Amino acid sequence: MARSPLRPRGFDDLGLQRALSDRLLPFLVAAMAFLAALALAGFFAAAQLARHWQQGAAASVTVQVPAPSAPAAGAGAAPATRLKRVLALLRKDPAIASARALSAAELNALLRPWLGAESRPLALPLPAVIAVSLAQPTASLAGLGAALGKAAPGTLIESHGVWAGRLTALAESLQASAAVALLVVTAVAVAVVAVATRSGLATRREAIEIVHGLGATDRYIAARFAARATRLALLGAIAGAAASLPVLLTLARVAAPFGRLEAPAAPLAIPTAGLPPLLWLALPLLPLAAAVIGYVTAQVTVHSWLRRLP
Amino acid sequence: MVRFEQVGLSYPAHGPGPLAPVLYDLSFSVPEGGFRWLVGASGAGKTSLLRLMYLAVRPSTGRLSLLEVDIGSARRRQLAGLRRRIGVVYQDFRLLPHLSAFDNVALPLRIDGRSEGQIRADVVEMLRWVGLSGKLDSPPETLSGGEQQRVAIARAVIARPRLLLADEPTGNLDEVQAERLLRLLQELSRLGTTVIVATHNRGLVSRHDAPSLRLDHGRLVC
Ligand SMILES: Nc1ncnc2c1ncn2[C@@H]1O[C@H](COP(=O)(O)OP(=O)(O)O)[C@@H](O)[C@H]1O
Ligand SMILES: [Mg+2]
Repeated sequence: MARSPLRPRGFDDLGLQRALSDRLLPFLVAAMAFLAALALAGFFAAAQLARHWQQGAAASVTVQVPAPSAPAAGAGAAPATRLKRVLALLRKDPAIASARALSAAELNALLRPWLGAESRPLALPLPAVIAVSLAQPTASLAGLGAALGKAAPGTLIESHGVWAGRLTALAESLQASAAVALLVVTAVAVAVVAVATRSGLATRREAIEIVHGLGATDRYIAARFAARATRLALLGAIAGAAASLPVLLTLARVAAPFGRLEAPAAPLAIPTAGLPPLLWLALPLLPLAAAVIGYVTAQVTVHSWLRRLP
Repeated sequence: MVRFEQVGLSYPAHGPGPLAPVLYDLSFSVPEGGFRWLVGASGAGKTSLLRLMYLAVRPSTGRLSLLEVDIGSARRRQLAGLRRRIGVVYQDFRLLPHLSAFDNVALPLRIDGRSEGQIRADVVEMLRWVGLSGKLDSPPETLSGGEQQRVAIARAVIARPRLLLADEPTGNLDEVQAERLLRLLQELSRLGTTVIVATHNRGLVSRHDAPSLRLDHGRLVC
């Protein structure tokens, strides 16, 4: 390696410019990088979904209190509205991390899709909605239901746990599929570089034998191949990752998992164009990973091939 | 310097069957700076003997040591280092077709990691000496057989090898060029390079008196 600066730039003693095609290998690596980018996006989006359902929905419960400003039933130290009593009961329970009544504005925002954009204050008698988050997603509110019903008849506890659990499982299996796809793409990329290197070795066999006969070490010869394979893989992966961007951005605009759930995962207002923030870190790493795959695969392939020479 | 002790060589047979022995029980040594003719009929094993010495094959039996290194127990890296100290003029030249005459001759120096400035001066001087000053940038296919042979000779001696092996190096040269080459080889030998030249050019051998290794059907006679 220390010797390479002495070589004139572009001096191609093994004739690799003809042997390792500057079209086919970059094209194949570009295709791999494109697929890897999609798989990565799927992986992060699914991870985000799973996290969202787990942290958000699974641990959250909605409590609806009809006629919230009516006086609470049953004996109390002081007369209070039903809403206040229910809130007090909820906050006393150790299984509950927090309980918060949604404001009128929040309720309006929730109802807007159903009632239209003119947000005139509604004259309908709306129930109060309390957002509850549980200390643990598995906590049970079975005992609490009866007490709440006594204080405010008709109170509904709606736990999101069951379907949130199912959605989480779905998101996690999507994430696993994406991870497997990523592994397969990596394996195929290794195979592609190995095959290209082997065919390069076969077509340049005579030149390699001559250079070997002149005293070139295995390291010298492998370094020539690795340099070229690294370059071609790097260029291919840059092209492939760049080509994936418009596709991903379109997906982010069209498909819910990318766009809608972004807010809770990105508390810092980083502009992510609707893509999972980690994807923006992972995409530039794709060409680097391809370069490493190109380098290591070419090195290993050439070294094992060279053992056939004396 | 060069030391053979009961060395035998067999090539793997084509297809199934026993190995094909081509060299039997060779024992001889050549001191540093020695000059030897290697003579024998076509097929006697001259090229095979040179191949042993330029490390293209390893002995099947016996002990071979070159430049004080025992080939049987040498490591791969060590063999590569030895090859850089051994210059070879191949019978079929073995020039790299995609490189110019200059780059072909520069190759051993670049593999050895010499600096480009020194390479430039040495290669230009060497190609001038073999009469190819005007052909620095010519690829081998545009050169005549004799010119290619001279490029091969230049490549073999450019790195000042300690052992120089030449396989029929005058086959494509005219009388004048052959004499010039012989004077170069003898000069190198006088400067300390061990030189072994395989040839069937009887005139050349008789004009330049030196000890001979004579092969007959894979055995050393005298
Ligand atoms: N690579 C090889 N595989 C098998 N047999 C070979 C090989 N090279 C040479 N031979 C055989 O070895 C014998 C000696 O050949 P060679 O060393 O080329 O002789 P010379 O150079 O004296 O003409 C010949 O019979 C030839 O057929
Ligand atoms: Mg021969």
